[in-house]
Amino acid sequence: MSGFWNWWIVLLVTANVAFAVWLLLSTTSAKAGDQKAGPETTGHTWDGDLQEYNNPLPRWWLFLFYFTIAFAIGYLVLFPGFGAFRGTLGWSQVKQWQAQTDEANAIAAREFARFDGKTVEELAKDPAAIKIAKNLFAANCSMCHGSDARGAKGFPNLTSPNLTWGHEPEAILATIGGGRQGVMPAWGAVLGADGVEAVANYVYSLSGRQAPQASLLAAGKEKFDTVCAACHGPDGKGNPALGAPNLADEYWIYGGSLPVIKETVTNGRTNKMPAHLELLGEQKIKLLAGYVYSLSPKPALPAATTAPAPASGAGG
Amino acid sequence: MQRTETYNDTVVRQFAVMTVVWGIVGMLVGVIIAAQLLFPALNFDIPWLSYGRLRPLHTNAVIFAFGGSALFASSYYVVQRTCHARLFAGPLASFTFWGWNLIIVAAAITLPLGITSGKEYAELEWPIDIAIAIVWVAYAVVFLGTLATRKVKHIYVANWFFASFIITVAVLHIVNSAEIPVSMWKSYSVYPGVVDAMVEWWYGHNAVGFFLTAGFLGIMYYFVPKQAGRPIYSYRLSVVHFWALISIYMWAGPHHLIYTSLPDWAQSLGMVFSLMLIAPSWGGMINGIMTLSGAWHKLRTDPILKFLIVSLSFYGMSTFEGPMMSIKTVNALSHYTDWTIGHVHSGALGWVAMVSIGMLYALIPRLWGRIEMYSTRLIDIHFWTTTIGIVLYVAAMWIAGVMQGLMWRATNADGTLTYTFVESLKVTYPFYAVRLAGGVLVFGGMFLMAYNVWKTVTAPNATTADQPVLQPAHG
Repeated sequence: MSGFWNWWIVLLVTANVAFAVWLLLSTTSAKAGDQKAGPETTGHTWDGDLQEYNNPLPRWWLFLFYFTIAFAIGYLVLFPGFGAFRGTLGWSQVKQWQAQTDEANAIAAREFARFDGKTVEELAKDPAAIKIAKNLFAANCSMCHGSDARGAKGFPNLTSPNLTWGHEPEAILATIGGGRQGVMPAWGAVLGADGVEAVANYVYSLSGRQAPQASLLAAGKEKFDTVCAACHGPDGKGNPALGAPNLADEYWIYGGSLPVIKETVTNGRTNKMPAHLELLGEQKIKLLAGYVYSLSPKPALPAATTAPAPASGAGG
Repeated sequence: MQRTETYNDTVVRQFAVMTVVWGIVGMLVGVIIAAQLLFPALNFDIPWLSYGRLRPLHTNAVIFAFGGSALFASSYYVVQRTCHARLFAGPLASFTFWGWNLIIVAAAITLPLGITSGKEYAELEWPIDIAIAIVWVAYAVVFLGTLATRKVKHIYVANWFFASFIITVAVLHIVNSAEIPVSMWKSYSVYPGVVDAMVEWWYGHNAVGFFLTAGFLGIMYYFVPKQAGRPIYSYRLSVVHFWALISIYMWAGPHHLIYTSLPDWAQSLGMVFSLMLIAPSWGGMINGIMTLSGAWHKLRTDPILKFLIVSLSFYGMSTFEGPMMSIKTVNALSHYTDWTIGHVHSGALGWVAMVSIGMLYALIPRLWGRIEMYSTRLIDIHFWTTTIGIVLYVAAMWIAGVMQGLMWRATNADGTLTYTFVESLKVTYPFYAVRLAGGVLVFGGMFLMAYNVWKTVTAPNATTADQPVLQPAHG
C-alpha cells in the first residue's frame, strides 16, 4: 500500500469512528440540541398527527454501541486493517492458511508413513490403504469420475478393463500426478461426409456389433487403416502410450452409438485430466494410484469379472 | 381565494398495485427455483427455465420490482403528506412509473435469455443499466424537488431515509455498472479482478444497506407512528442512528469477501465496521417498537401493526446475525452455505416483505378513499401464513447451513475429509423441502392480499378523487 492510500484509509477510518463517538457524546450530553428529553414531543407536527418524543438514548444501546467501537479499535490494533499497519499480532490470512496446511500435511505425513516403501500393487491389496484412498478419491476425484469411479460422458470409467492411458502402476501414477491432455483430431474435413459414415460404421463394428450399414464396412476399414490406425492400432485396440482409447471393447468414453461416433470422428475430442501432484503430494498420489489400480480388472484377466457399468455411456 | 392544491396519488396508486403484482411474480419464481433444487427435472431441459437464469430473475424481481415499487409508492405518498406539498414535476413522476416497469419487463426477458453482466444483483446489461440511471435520476428530481417545495420547516425523519436511499443508490448503481459494451447485449466491467469484486460488493452490500434498509426504514418511520397513533419514540435516537447507519454502512461490503484474495486490511475493515453497525441498525428497531409503548393492546386487534412490528423484529434479528457472520471465524463456517440464504431471507422476507405488506394494507384504503381494507380477517390470516412460512424457511436454511459448514470441514483422524460435497447435499434435501413449504406459504399469502386489494379498490364506495393538501400545523 502506497503512502497516499495508507493515509487515505487511516484518515477515513479515524474520521468515521470519531464521527460516531461525537454523535453519541453530543446527543447524550446535557446540552443536547434545543430539544427537551422525556415525554414532551419536539413540538413539530406533520400530516395532521405525526409527532416525535425525544426520549434519551437507551443506556444498554449506548453501551452496545461503545462496546462495538472499542472492539473495532482493539481489533485494528491487533490485526491488519488500519491502513498499512499490520497489527501487533503479525496475523495474515496467508500465514493462517500456511499454518493450517502445515498442520494437515504433518498429520498426513505421520498417518501415511506406514505406507512408505510399499508398491502400488501392494497398496491395492492393503485394506487400510484402500480405506484412506477411498476418502481421498471421494474428496478429489469423484466430482468427475463419480463416487463409484464409473465416470460419465467425457469422464473415463476407471473400472473399465482398458484404461486409456495404461494400467501399469507407473502409468496410473503419471496420469494422476502429471495429468493428461487427450486430443483426438477432427477428421470431418479430411474424410468427408461419406468417409465419416463409412469409418463410423467400421468403428461401430469393432466391438463385435452388427454395423447398421454393413455395405460400408470395407470402405470404412480402408479409411481406418490409413487415418485412424496410426493411433488406435490396426485392430482398433488403442495405444495407452498415446492415450488412444481401445475401440474394440465395450466401453466408450463419449458413447458408442453411431451418431456419437460420427460426431467424434467429424469434430474430434479434447479432454483434460488435471495434474494433482502439487496439490496432493506424493504419498496421497500413490495411495490413489493403489486404489485406481485395485478398481480396474487387468486386460489379462477375463473382462467379465466386472460387469461394465450401464452408466459407462455404451449406449451413447 | 387560492385554488386548493391536491396530492398526486395517481402514481402512488400505480406503484402500489404493481407492488402486489411484482410481489406475486417474484415470489413465484422463488418458489419455482426452490422446487428445482429439490426436483432438478423441473427445469424441463429448457435453458430459459434453468436455475442459473431464473435465480437472478427471482432476486431482481423481488428486490427491484417488488421492493422497488413498494419504495416508489410509499416515498411518493409520504413525501407529499409530510411536506404538505404536491409531488414535484408530475409528468416526471409518471415517467418513473412507466420507465421502472419497462426496465422490469426488460429484465424479465433478458435474464431468462441468459443475457447478463454476471454481477450479482447487478446482472442487467448495459442498455438497461443506462435506463435505470435515467429513471433513478428522474426519481431523485421528483423526490428532492418535493422536499425543496415543502410547506413545513423541518424535514420529517422518514424523508431523511428516503433521500439518503435515493442519492446513494444512484451513486452505487452508476459506479458499479461502469462497463465497456462489446455488443448490444454484452459488456465487460471496467474494473480488473479483485477491484471488480470489491466494487461489486461495495455496491451489493450498500444495496442491502440503502435500498433494503434505509428505504424501508423510511416506510417504517411513517407507517408505524401513523398506524399506532403514537409519536415516534425518540427524535435524538433517529438522528444518531441515521447518521451512524449511513456512514458506517459504506464500509461493510468486504465482509462478502472474507478469506478471499481481497487484501487483509480491507477484510478487517469490512468486519469491524459490520460489527459497529449493530447499534445503528437496532436504533431503527428500537424507535419503531418503542413507538408502540402505551399502545401495545393495539397489536391484539390490528394485524397491520402486527406486520409492522414483526418486520422490525426480523430486522433486529437479521442485523445482529449479519455482523456475527462477518466475523472471520464465523464466516469461515457460514460462507458458501445455505446459512447465507437463510440470513438473506430473514431480512428480505421477514423485514422487507413484511414491512411492505403492512405498509400496503395501510396505504391502499387511503388511496381509494376508504377507512380500511375489505377484510381485516384476511389480513390476519395473511400475517400468520407469512410469519409461519418465513420461520420455516429461515430455520431450515440455518440448520442446513450450519450442517453443511461443519460437514465440509470435518476430517478423519488420518487427515482426510470425512464427507464428500455430494453427501452434504444429500442431507440438505429434507431442509430444501421445508424451505419450499415455507416459500409456498409466503407465496400463497400474496394471493390473499391480491384478493383483498381487489375487493377494496373495486368496492362501490371506493374513490380515486383528488385529496386536498393538508394545511401544515404550526411549528
